[in-house]
This record gives sequence, C-alpha cells and structure tokens, in this order.
Amino acid sequence: MSGILVIAEHRRGVLNPATLETIAAAAALKQVKPQPVAVAIIARNPDEFVGQVNAAGVDEIIKVAVPTDTFQSDVYEATVAAVVAARGPAVVLFAHTVDTWGYAAAVAVRGGFGCATDVFAVRYEGDALVATRAGYKEKLHMDLDFPGRQTVVLTLRGNVFKPIEEPGSAAVSAVDAPAVAARTAHLGYIEPDQTGDVDIAQAEYMLSVGRGVGEEDNIEQFKELADALGFTLGCSRPVADNGWLPKSRQVGQSGKTVVSCKIYVAMGISGSVQHMAGMKHVPTIIAINKDAEASIFSIARYGVVGDMFEIAKELRNHC
Amino acid sequence: MKILVPVKQVAVLDEDFELRDDGLDADPDFIDHESNEWDDYSYEAALQIMEAHGGVEVVPMTVGPEDAEESLRRCLAKGGERAIRVWDDALTGAGPATVAKLIAAVARREGADMVFAGTLSADHSYAMTGICVAAELGWPHVAVVTALEYQPGAATATVHRELEAGLVEKMTVECPAVLTIQLGINQPRYASLRGVKQAKEKPVDELSPADLGVSGEELAASASFRLRRMFKPARGQAELIEGTAAEQAARLASIIKELRGAA
Ligand SMILES: Cc1cc2nc3c(=O)[nH]c(=O)nc-3n(C[C@H](O)[C@H](O)[C@H](O)COP(=O)(O)OP(=O)(O)OC[C@H]3O[C@@H](n4cnc5c(N)ncnc54)[C@H](O)[C@@H]3O)c2cc1C
Ligand SMILES: Nc1ncnc2c1ncn2[C@@H]1O[C@H](COP(=O)(O)O)[C@@H](O)[C@H]1O
Repeated sequence: MSGILVIAEHRRGVLNPATLETIAAAAALKQVKPQPVAVAIIARNPDEFVGQVNAAGVDEIIKVAVPTDTFQSDVYEATVAAVVAARGPAVVLFAHTVDTWGYAAAVAVRGGFGCATDVFAVRYEGDALVATRAGYKEKLHMDLDFPGRQTVVLTLRGNVFKPIEEPGSAAVSAVDAPAVAARTAHLGYIEPDQTGDVDIAQAEYMLSVGRGVGEEDNIEQFKELADALGFTLGCSRPVADNGWLPKSRQVGQSGKTVVSCKIYVAMGISGSVQHMAGMKHVPTIIAINKDAEASIFSIARYGVVGDMFEIAKELRNHC
Repeated sequence: MKILVPVKQVAVLDEDFELRDDGLDADPDFIDHESNEWDDYSYEAALQIMEAHGGVEVVPMTVGPEDAEESLRRCLAKGGERAIRVWDDALTGAGPATVAKLIAAVARREGADMVFAGTLSADHSYAMTGICVAAELGWPHVAVVTALEYQPGAATATVHRELEAGLVEKMTVECPAVLTIQLGINQPRYASLRGVKQAKEKPVDELSPADLGVSGEELAASASFRLRRMFKPARGQAELIEGTAAEQAARLASIIKELRGAA
C-alpha cells in the first residue's frame, strides 16, 4: 500500500473549502515521503468539482459518479472502500466534519484500517505515520500510531492546514461506483433560523457567556454589561440549548462564525473545538475563566483567571 | 422491542493536573469521573419512546471498570429495569473501535432493535464509537441526531441530522439502526430521590468479553490506533492579567478602550 487518497467533500453543489486544507496536509506528507496524492470526488456529477480540487501537489483526480446528490452513508462508505481497493493507498484523509463523523470510522472498521479522528498534526517518524489529536477538553494532546495497519484513515481538524491556492496539473481518471442500496433517504434541508434580533456574524465587539453563567437568571446582568460596553451578547451552545439565549446568539460550528468580530470577550467558556471554530480567528480574544488550564486561554490574547461574576461587576464601574 | 443505550463514564481533569510517569495518561490522582453529557440526551430519547409506547425496554450499558457502574445507576434512577457492564482488566486503555466491538456484541446478545449512542465523549472526543458499532453490526446509522420520530417496530425512523452552521437535514433511516444523539435533542430529566433509591436495587449484569464470545486476539486486533504518548500542549501567548478583581477589570477596560480607539 502506498500513496495518499483525499476524499473531497461537498454539499448542495459547493465544495467544502476544508477539502483544500486536506489536500495541503497530503501535499506536506508527500514532501517528506514522496508518494502519489489522489483526490476522489464522490458526486452525482464529479466534473463540477474537478477544477476546484486540481491544486498543486495533486497527481490524480478520481471521479466517482454516484446516483445521489446528498450524503448517504451507505453509498459513501461503499464508494470509498471501492476506491481504496482500486488504488491501495496507505493513508486516506478526510476533513473532520459532520458528514465524516457519520462514516469515516465505519470505512475503517469494515476495511480493517487504522483510524484517528480530529487530527491536527501528522508526520512520519521513520516509516511510522504519527497523528496528533487532543483529549480532556484540549488540555492534553496525544500522539498515535498505527502498527500493523496497511491503510490508515484520518479525519483532519478544520482551519489548521493552510489551503493550497496554487493550481496543479493532475491527471483525471474515474472509478466505477459500486451498486449499493442506501438505507437512508434525504427528505430536505431546514435552513437556520434567521429571525434573531441581531446578526452576530456582523458584530464587531462581542461578549459571550458559557455554561459558567450557571443559570438563566444570571443572563440579564451580562446582557446589561454587554449593552453598557456597546458589545453584542453571544453564547456557547449549552446556553442556547437551555433556551437562556436564542440559538441565533450561539457562536461555533453549529451556530455562527463571528466573521466581523474584532474583540471577543469569552466568559465562563471552556474553549471546545466546536466553539473555537466560530471565533478563534478574532484578532483580540479576552478570556475570563476560573480554570487556569481551560483551553480558551490557548487562543486568547489576554486572560483573567477568575470569577466571571466578580469581573463583570467590577467592569460595570468602567462603562 | 429493545433500545440499547451505551453510556460512558468520562474522565475530568482537575484544574492542576500532572501526567503519569509513563506519559501515557494523566495521573489518576488528578482525575474525577462523571457521566458523559451526551449520554443524558440519548438515554432521555430512549426513555421518551419507552413512555410513549407499550412493550419497549431500555437497557443502559457501559464498557468500564467497577466504578463506571455509577453511570449506569444514574440512568436506572431515571428509568429502565436493568443494566449491563462489560469489563476485563485487559480492556484498560481500550480505544473506541474495541469498545464498539463489545457494544455490538451486547446488542446481538440482547437482540436490540435500536442503539442510541452519544455523538461525542467529553473526555476523548473520538466521535467514532457509535458509528463503529453500526459497522460491526452492519446496521444503517446516522450521526449527530437532533430530532427523532420513531414508532417501535416501524421499518424506518425520521431524524434531523445537525449539519454545520445551523443547517439541518431531515432524513429517514431504516431500522434497526444506530443513531448518535446530539446535545439539545430534548431536555434530560433529573432523577427523583425515590428513583435513586430504587436504582440501587436494580440488577447490573456483569459480563466479560469472553462471555460475549469476543476473544483477546479479536480485541487486540480491533484497536484502530496505538497511543504513543500524551503531553501538555505548549500554551498560547495569553497575557495573564493579575491583581484583584477591581484591578483586573480596570486593566481590561483600558485594553478594550485602547483597542476600540485604534480600530
Ligand atoms: C457536532 C457538535 C457541534 C457543536 N457546536 C457547538 C457550537 O456551535 N458552539 C458551542 O459553543 N459548542 C458547540 N458544541 C458543544 C461543545 O462540544 C461544548 O460542549 C460546548 O462548547 C461547551 O460550552 P461551554 O464552554 O460554555 O461549557 P463548559 O465546557 O462546561 O465550560 C464552562 C467553563 O466555565 C468555567 N466557569 C464555571 N464557572 C465559572 C465562573 N464563575 N467564572 C469563570 N469561569 C467559570 C469553567 O471553568 C469551564 O471552563 C458542539 C458539539 C458537537 C458535538
Ligand atoms: N466505554 C464505553 N462504554 C459505553 N459506551 C461508550 C463507551 N465509550 C464510548 N461510548 C459511546 O460512544 C459515544 C461517543 O463516544 P466517542 O466515540 O468516544 O466520542 C458515547 O456517548 C457513548 O454512547
């Protein structure tokens, strides 16, 4: 087994830009250990995406035409297995997304492959492939290897590997999709609720509260503080799931990305990967958390280890 | 009709923690345990189906040492009549694919009709186990489920799958199926004091991998990775603001003011 196979991801006719990050990770591995890089496009009409994945470093683009526009785990599982059987790669790379949460591990179990998820660094130590991921709410990192595995499946964390912009000159080929009856069926998409009072994606200054706020009755004082500072109030998921603030205020992977934000104050938020996905790009992050080891401090520019209620109370004297 | 709900007792690190001498995990002196948050939601989803229909049995199970029984009792305090705990010391440090092999073996032995796993575990966050169980069983599966309509015995269930950025997909899945249940699908109940008391009397079957017909070789072969080491990540550049709360707040206020002035 040799070579790297990247599985492209798309939804509703749009290539997931994380695919180009995944290609970048493959290209970096190829630099240290020369080997072919192939990108498989599994789609009803793979031609749509060929130009977009033809990035520098890609040797082959494999089109696999499947009879579905939407992600169906049975179809994708069998198709990736068929492409792996056809090309025999040593490494299969996916973006770590909701779609791949739904099937990458199954591909590995069925094929007898090694597997690691949410990987943010990958390298060779001698001949061994070593993947790094985090545990314990990002407080510890772990290095994993895959002894005895001919093929290893990795899903890669987003916004870590810098996407390749430079166009490439890959050969284009095709593999036949296996015939599979999907046991899931798409009924439709439900668009995010846009009826919120503010669009946090537009906010320049944000103050977000997390589970540390404790209970619904405590929200009001942070709303007042945010107003007094001229900041927009946001939140982490548990606050929205509990109905303490509307879902439209939720920052993160399944909420919103605060695209325009310049200063983000995170109070009582631990800094899960899913929360950080929506705000880690903000130039000035100020974290207030009573746990000095909370991972939010790893991306903050300023940190206060302390009680969010006390700090909030004192801050009111300054606005 | 039976719903199997695999639940995990997760490890939580103390605010100050150290690594074990072998560098393969945190020192157990600095670890507390609690039930995995996601499993509160999957168990609630199963209980709601049980309560809405006759003839539904909900069985919580875990792969874990003796103290993991606490998570099972916590479930039983909310409902359900019995639980299953699978363990053997050889399983210490077992990864998600190995755990999934055992969950699948229990599903077969129990003749489960549905498996509701959590989407993610709060400690190791693999987001793999439920999908590996489905692969072992050859069942259809959906990950990150935020709504569920299921009539016991029906050929399909209708689910919402939560995608990125608030988008949701509505879909059907053939049953039996494995679903991984996401936060917010319901409002998990609290156990009553009476429930907690009653749970103490409910049986927890203890099974070894061998009881489930899974050999040591099969377990070893199922590991999807080997852990080389754990380490504390290099910290970011956060400038820590010291002092009393008043001093800290004053400093924050001036930082904010300055940055906004510049912006
Ligand atoms: C598919 C998927 C998508 C997700 N999408 C999102 C998303 O879009 N957004 C999101 O936020 N999460 C999302 N999550 C959930 C995510 O995994 C975490 O569960 C969540 O971000 C945790 O929120 P938190 O930091 O507020 O809570 P916790 O992790 O519980 O952290 C609370 C923090 O508050 C601190 N604290 C407590 N009391 C105080 C006090 N008095 N003063 C100061 N600090 C205090 C604690 O030290 C702790 O660090 C998603 C999960 C999945 C699986
Ligand atoms: N040791 C275990 N025993 C029972 N269920 C588990 C165990 N580990 C993981 N799970 C299940 O798998 C889900 C996701 O775990 P993970 O794949 O680690 O993110 C959990 O919510 C549980 O439903």
